[in-house]
Amino acid sequence: MHDSSTAVVHGEAQTEAHGGHDPALLHHFAEPQQQRDAASLGMWIFLATEVMFFGGLFCAYLVYRLKYFPEFAAASQSLNWKLGATNTAVLICSSLTVVLAVWAAQHAKRALLLGSLVLTILLGFAFLGIKAVEYAEKFEKHHVPGPSFSFVEPVPGHPDLMANPYHAQIYFSLYFVMTGLHALHMIIGIGFFVWLLIASWKGRFTPAYNTPLEMGGLYWHFVDIVWIYLFPLLYLIDLRK
Amino acid sequence: MAMPNEPQGERTNYLNKEYGVWSWLLTTDHKRIALLYLMSVTFFFFIGGFFALLIRLELLTPASDLVQADTYNKLFTMHGMVMVFFFLIPVVPAVLGNFLVPIMIGAKDLAFPRINLLSWYLYAIAGLLMTHCMLTGGVDTGWTFYTPFSTAFTNTKIIEAGLAAFVAGFSSIFTGLNFIVTIHRMRAPGMTWSRLPLFVWAHYATSIIQILGTPVVAITIVLVAAERLFHLGIFDPKLGGDPLLFQHLFWFYSHPAVYIMILPSMGIISEIIACFSRKRIFGYNFVALSSIAIAVLGFLVWAHHMFVAGISVYAALIFSFLTYFVGVPSAIKVFNWTATLYKGSIRYDAPMLYAFGFLGLFTIGGLTGLFLACLGINVHVTDTYFVVAHFHYIMVGGVLMAYLGGIHFWWPKISGRMYPEGWARLGALTVFIGFNLTFFPQFILGYLGMPRRYADYSHMPEFQVLNVLSTAGSTVLGIGYLLPMLYLLWSMRYGKPASDNPWNAAGLEWKIPSPPTTFNFEEEPVVTWEAYNYEELDAPHKEEVPVAR
Repeated sequence: MHDSSTAVVHGEAQTEAHGGHDPALLHHFAEPQQQRDAASLGMWIFLATEVMFFGGLFCAYLVYRLKYFPEFAAASQSLNWKLGATNTAVLICSSLTVVLAVWAAQHAKRALLLGSLVLTILLGFAFLGIKAVEYAEKFEKHHVPGPSFSFVEPVPGHPDLMANPYHAQIYFSLYFVMTGLHALHMIIGIGFFVWLLIASWKGRFTPAYNTPLEMGGLYWHFVDIVWIYLFPLLYLIDLRK
Repeated sequence: MAMPNEPQGERTNYLNKEYGVWSWLLTTDHKRIALLYLMSVTFFFFIGGFFALLIRLELLTPASDLVQADTYNKLFTMHGMVMVFFFLIPVVPAVLGNFLVPIMIGAKDLAFPRINLLSWYLYAIAGLLMTHCMLTGGVDTGWTFYTPFSTAFTNTKIIEAGLAAFVAGFSSIFTGLNFIVTIHRMRAPGMTWSRLPLFVWAHYATSIIQILGTPVVAITIVLVAAERLFHLGIFDPKLGGDPLLFQHLFWFYSHPAVYIMILPSMGIISEIIACFSRKRIFGYNFVALSSIAIAVLGFLVWAHHMFVAGISVYAALIFSFLTYFVGVPSAIKVFNWTATLYKGSIRYDAPMLYAFGFLGLFTIGGLTGLFLACLGINVHVTDTYFVVAHFHYIMVGGVLMAYLGGIHFWWPKISGRMYPEGWARLGALTVFIGFNLTFFPQFILGYLGMPRRYADYSHMPEFQVLNVLSTAGSTVLGIGYLLPMLYLLWSMRYGKPASDNPWNAAGLEWKIPSPPTTFNFEEEPVVTWEAYNYEELDAPHKEEVPVAR
């Protein structure tokens, strides 16, 4: 019979193991490395679910883009691509500041850490501000789906052919759902980074323990990458001249 | 409090370590969270069962005399929603999986105990939303939320029910995420992948589906809600939308969801059959990998729910072919379980009776699934009681039989008490008889052409006899489900105290006290044996345990 006799004692007594050192080590992990690996794998799996979450939307986008391409092109060109490109640049810069923050924590550079986190949050707000300007413009032009929706534009390349407003409305429905969901992720990300900033201010992160920063970074990069796909798909359909 | 038959002084365990409401509501112990789930899931099971009984009572007579058609629509919708989202999907992973997966791999807890508690709170919030929705008018779209009926026509509580399903979905995602990380990162030394109990393999495969499938139905529900609130026209054909897109997105999750329900149950069956025939599972590797195969193939068959919805005939042919394909790993499991029984020393304790019930009922459910995979027959029996009977054989005959078997098998570990064996065998028999009496007539009804979801069949009174049989069976089935609840509750107080390993079973969970302590293992176990080493366990005088191994 296999009994406790085969269950060899491994290492020191557990009760003492987590009383003394490393306050960040949770009781059910054997060592910090295991805890870090678990957090990292968990975050990647969470991002996989996020890919599927946005994946459903991209699938719907693809179906209707193929079906109603002229209207998608016409509606797409009513967006302000310069603002979209600016926002893309803003997010790419914020990814840089996130990486700097993680690096700073790993090398115990407090000023750089706090500075990068503040910059990241500011860039996040800049993105949302520009997005708000774009949304406002859509409201003014009655491009928001619903009873007051109107879209009177020709199909690009065919000045005498007007786009079907119903089909353009589907484009704008997807535009608002996709960018809205992305903006919601940005807001959650900013909240997370405010918390990281406070924790960094209190000196919680050290070269030995900075897992939350790394996880926050992974999340932030993911949200950036979603935008990197959204920008060309929504703003740059069939651009001429 | 004097407990009968209690050996001097109770050991401290996860149940008696702390008392009080907050020690439960704020617990991060996976075993206590499992019990929180056990209570909430059981509550919703009886709510859903209540709706089912009303449906059966209405169908006792051809005319719609107990309820009107509108009420009937709500009854089957809420029966489906409650049973699918609040019982079948969480039942095995969140109760037995939560309790057992960490113990079986030699871990002190799941990787993220607080996220585990969050899962239960999400489930509870979703449950409250669903209950509120049911009490204030309910829903009538069927559990599938089909558009454009759900977005443009019905005036029932779609948004609230959708929100409930959405939140419950995230509870399910977090459970799956926790299991995958736990199984990858928290295994004890020596617990290699090829030594994992098949229960753990099954939960690993289930978790893959949960994390990849559930987000898709979540975004689909968001789109339905947005369309309903803001009149977006993504799925509304009047506005250029495509209702078929909704069905694709919905079934992309909801077909694999069937495997979220059945895979963990298959894991239970592997454990029970190995223990009660005292043999290593025949073809361990095949049974383990067939779980993964089901998880992968399960994602490629969703459009067999849409054969008559207007998809192209070529797409239908391919999906029909792939659907046959997913039968292969399921058959591998059934054959290997049968081969395990061959020349085993079989004992007919209650868990094994449930396992036998599972084998028979799942086989019938699976084989009729092949009928439905066949394009020609599918067109003939679409939306008839044949389909209803088929999926109840899988979901109730399969999942519930296995779940009850598992609850009995691990009850000594969970509660520290033995259940009354005689009553349990009677219960297993009652469920089996009641189930077949309820659902077998529905195969015949469906094949004869009785459509599902009709409150009134007075234009075809010849169907009444079979419906009466079915309703009678549902009463027996209801008693069969009440019985275990009563005697299991009774046994918590009066049952015989269980030893650490009452079945003389293999597996780490049987090497720790019943009930376990909060951190499961006093010292980290080191695994030096293969899974299901029953031949070794049963070998005579094997006391000189090889330390050097």
